[in-house]
Amino acid sequence: MVRYLMAGDSHLVVEFGQNINPTINQQVHALARCLTEQELPGLKEVVPTYRSLLVSYDPLLLSLHDLKECCNRCISSIADICKQIREIVTIPTLYGGQYGVDLAGVAREVELSEQDVIKIHTAVIYPIYMIGFMPGYPYLGGLDERIAVPRLKTPRTQVPAGSVAMAERQTGVYPIPSPGGWRLIGRTPLRLYRPEQMPPVLFRAGQYIRFCAVSVEEYLCLEELVKNNEYVPDIMTEEVL
Amino acid sequence: MPDLAVILPGMFTTVQDLGRCGLQQYGVPVSGAMDEYSLRAANSLVLNKDTAAVLEATLQGPTLKCNGTVAAAVTGARAPVTVNGLPVPMWQVLLLKCGDVLTVGVTVSGARVYIAVAGGFDVPMVMGSRSTFVRGGIGGVEGRLVRSGDVLPLSTPTAPLADVLGNYVPRAKQCRLPWAVTAIRVILGPQDECFPEDALYIFSRAEYTVTNESDRMGFRLAGPKLVHRDKADIVSDGIAPGSIQVPGHGLPIVMLADRQTTGGYAKIATVISVDLALMGQMKPQDKVRFVAVSPDDAVQALREQESVLRSLPCRSVSARKFRIRIGSESITAEIREVVEEG
Repeated sequence: MVRYLMAGDSHLVVEFGQNINPTINQQVHALARCLTEQELPGLKEVVPTYRSLLVSYDPLLLSLHDLKECCNRCISSIADICKQIREIVTIPTLYGGQYGVDLAGVAREVELSEQDVIKIHTAVIYPIYMIGFMPGYPYLGGLDERIAVPRLKTPRTQVPAGSVAMAERQTGVYPIPSPGGWRLIGRTPLRLYRPEQMPPVLFRAGQYIRFCAVSVEEYLCLEELVKNNEYVPDIMTEEVL
Repeated sequence: MPDLAVILPGMFTTVQDLGRCGLQQYGVPVSGAMDEYSLRAANSLVLNKDTAAVLEATLQGPTLKCNGTVAAAVTGARAPVTVNGLPVPMWQVLLLKCGDVLTVGVTVSGARVYIAVAGGFDVPMVMGSRSTFVRGGIGGVEGRLVRSGDVLPLSTPTAPLADVLGNYVPRAKQCRLPWAVTAIRVILGPQDECFPEDALYIFSRAEYTVTNESDRMGFRLAGPKLVHRDKADIVSDGIAPGSIQVPGHGLPIVMLADRQTTGGYAKIATVISVDLALMGQMKPQDKVRFVAVSPDDAVQALREQESVLRSLPCRSVSARKFRIRIGSESITAEIREVVEEG
């Protein structure tokens, strides 16, 4: 089931499959956690992605053979603990208006009201498959196809940090200002990427994100809290049966 | 504490150390020296820890003015180095005194020069490293290139000056530099199966040229195209340093220090650890060919390199100070073995 692929002499790819799907991705994160907990001498870092785990190690301290053995042990032990607990990070979002300039257009295209688009977007608990592309950028799965729209034909040269965006079957939130072609439907006042803190990102791959609609007043209030470093992230733990 | 003032910054000079470890899962690139071997050798010369921050200069080095007395060492690409206009050797400890001006010129062979000072450059740590990641605006001096007018603070040296003076790296233990066609050893994979036999054959025989679209993030190569078996895109996964990814256009890109953490192109092979430093010394128009080796050979090469690095620095045994009296005048003279360059 699992394939081990060499990525040079100091990196091993543990591949669980070829597709983007929640079960495969959960196995990747479970292995990442398990390997990290082993505190294996020579294990440097793990990078979980959609369907594989990149393991960085020092081959002078940890042999490829021993690393694979350890992965095998982890994999056989994670089979049943998968899926049981999920951590959900709430991202308060002000939808529409100047904070989500594309919301009205999206609603028109999918022939729903703006309120319905918001309702559908906030109803899903999105798994963070991986973080990549830029510091703190979450690849989320599970956008409802009723609100799926194509990308912009011409990408914007600058998307503000905190923008909540979507394109096709994907949705996400921009941690830092960047060019981007996704539709902007809202904005969060949270600072998702804060290089002066450890960890530098508000959430990690393997957790879940829930968007929660807030009013302008709430947005401004949260923005003030974030500015004063008084905001406590809302992370909920939920058992899944 | 002494510091170094930047008179001229050179072409692309940044503060670098061994990079940020453990944060790729948050999308934060590793960064760090492109030629880790020369960085570690430079730090060993001034008896710094491996983790101390140095300056990495690309193609044209900086001019720095020393405020205070400090031991320094210049390693990496071959370049003319002067103190107050007088040539001084690379790969040896230099004693800089207050007001001295250290200049690193244009590289003659190789691309990247490393300047270490005893104690290391004391710029703020960002996410556990002092490495500059220019694209992300973090680390080093305000997340950017070093520029004229910057004053670079130094940390307290860990070793007394007397222990540092006379240290050198013999020629056989200096970094390897690119030649006419540089052979770079690789391990095939992780996605070599995306390529048919003939593409793998071309990859192992062809000569590629480093193009102008090459920077700390990666080197785009020009040469024979590698046609994929099916398609170039894979489901995005992690990118190891030295990964050679091949997008749909068929031309390889070698992913280096500032690479993004994840990507969706098939990776035909990965540069072995000890040859990453050599790759980091290449510049546009340099030619490269790839030689596949076994993982065991790669690890053995790494083991040998570690033992060389651990043996550094060498100490010139004849370095001794004498006090000479001429008539009524007393002068101090240091006599030591000169390590020949070239």
